[in-house]
Amino acid sequence: MRWKVAAVRRTEPFAPASVADGNVPGVRIVVCVKHVPDIQSDRSLGATCRTVRDGGDGTLNELDENALEAALSLVEAAGEGEVVVLTVGPDDAVDAVRKGLQMGADEAVHVVDDAIAGSDAIGTARVLAAAIRHLGGADLVVTGMAGLDGLTSVVPSALAALLDVPALPLAAELVLDGSTVRVTRHLDRVTEVLEADLPALVSVTDQANEPRYPNFKGIMAARKKPVTTLALADLGLDADQVGEAGARTEVLEAAPRPVREDRVLVHDTGDAGVRLAAYLVENQLV
Amino acid sequence: MSDTLVLLDHATDGSLRAPVRELVTIARDLPGAVRGVWVADGAEPSPATIAELGVLGVTHVHRLVADGDLHVAAALAAGLATLLAETGAHLVLAVSTFENKEAAGHLAVASGAAVVTDVDSVVWSDERLVAGKTVFAGTWTTSTAVRTPLAVITVKPNSVPVTDAPEPVTPQVGDHAVALDAGVGRVRLVERTEQPASDRPDLTSAHVVVVGGRGTEGDFSSVEELADVLGGAVGATRVATDEGWIGHEAQIGQTGVTISPRLYIGAGVSGAVHHRGGMQASGTIVAVNSDPDAPIFEIADFGVVGDLRTVLPQAAAELRRLKG
Repeated sequence: MRWKVAAVRRTEPFAPASVADGNVPGVRIVVCVKHVPDIQSDRSLGATCRTVRDGGDGTLNELDENALEAALSLVEAAGEGEVVVLTVGPDDAVDAVRKGLQMGADEAVHVVDDAIAGSDAIGTARVLAAAIRHLGGADLVVTGMAGLDGLTSVVPSALAALLDVPALPLAAELVLDGSTVRVTRHLDRVTEVLEADLPALVSVTDQANEPRYPNFKGIMAARKKPVTTLALADLGLDADQVGEAGARTEVLEAAPRPVREDRVLVHDTGDAGVRLAAYLVENQLV
Repeated sequence: MSDTLVLLDHATDGSLRAPVRELVTIARDLPGAVRGVWVADGAEPSPATIAELGVLGVTHVHRLVADGDLHVAAALAAGLATLLAETGAHLVLAVSTFENKEAAGHLAVASGAAVVTDVDSVVWSDERLVAGKTVFAGTWTTSTAVRTPLAVITVKPNSVPVTDAPEPVTPQVGDHAVALDAGVGRVRLVERTEQPASDRPDLTSAHVVVVGGRGTEGDFSSVEELADVLGGAVGATRVATDEGWIGHEAQIGQTGVTISPRLYIGAGVSGAVHHRGGMQASGTIVAVNSDPDAPIFEIADFGVVGDLRTVLPQAAAELRRLKG
């Protein structure tokens, strides 16, 4: 495992959530996850240009498993704290938070409301921010690096901005040292080390860790853990602030890409390299 | 419609990143002038760079100067929000990089702008901005309209051919000081290490990318040889980077680098869906794999069932011969 976890040394509480709670002396982490169509399935956009999400091929976004693993590892290393797994989505999306509970999260929250359908990335971030506030805040919010459906990867930074906490995105390594969180991230041509004081938001990459598989004990324990269902009204959000009504963008058209024609398949009998070179020259690719 | 701000990503020597030229080409076809935004991070635009921007049709170069580090996404967003207000521009175009997409998220919250990422076209149609993009690992195409007065859009490299403006202009260069509020300073940049420049082109903007996968068994020599003959970049699959055969920065895929070169050559690449998500928008796809059932053959324009260790060197030798 590449995961690096320093000892969590907390001498005084630093976020209102934990102070108010009193029962949980450790760090309180909210992990935001998404229920997405399985990328191995035939994914499609429906008549309203929205992702078809009722195909029965839904799953916890794989990249969010890294976020859950990160949160669980931090709490385990600290020996105290709690992990809340949060999702926004239709009825089926509850499967995503259940998987989080099976992996070891302590409680789950599912925001479901018909008015949320058609939200863009900013609308989704708005619902997540309102839900986190409703839950009393968090010391640390952890997300995956992107949803494997839209791949917009804008939600983490928008969510941090809405919560007014520092954002440390794309952590390949993460260290929580007292009330300071430090990440190492590898970008195109650049490696950066960023740090901030809690409360903060971190997104983790798929390089950060190897997510655990839920074991039998975890699956059994998850059945007894609470799943709270919330609607927009619970969060103090109006329907026109989210969903299609509140979206700043509108998908006009969606169509499957045509299958490429004139495809060539060569079985090498000794001259395939020469034929490849000829193909590149003929098609003006060199 | 008012002007467009184009974020001028640049190297430490002050030269433009190649995809910036595409942004300017796209912006020129929108109503309003094209204004460049230069983040003053130590590297300054050389006279040659300013002249090149003039040939591309950039009327202004706004140097963003801040008392904090503009490499932090929230700070860059604050700077762009300031410039949007000062110039009356309504659109920010940036290259689709992780850093720019982070800044886009912050800017959207700070300014109310709509965000569209990873697009391959932006046009002005029926009095609004419309962006085209492919989704679901390149299997669907969509067009998205902006409904708000302000927008920030990130564009994938290799989306459009670069053209010069009909008439060159002389860009006006001016400074814009950005006052960063205390919130922005909460993210501390402890360390920033730029990797040394390679002789090969950048992966994201290269016109040709040769990618090695599991089938290389760790020997990238034939992949590198073919890439060099073609003047291309070298990429890798997740398996190859996880095995440590090549650095993680070379990983092509949904969680690594997304590429859309004119020519993609996959050597020993099976074509797992994670990988396809990062390359399926490529112009021409060539695959060399010893397994005839490898899924990459389903999307290859030219497929070779064979041993990459003989096919690649033979192709490289033939290309050298044809070049003379």
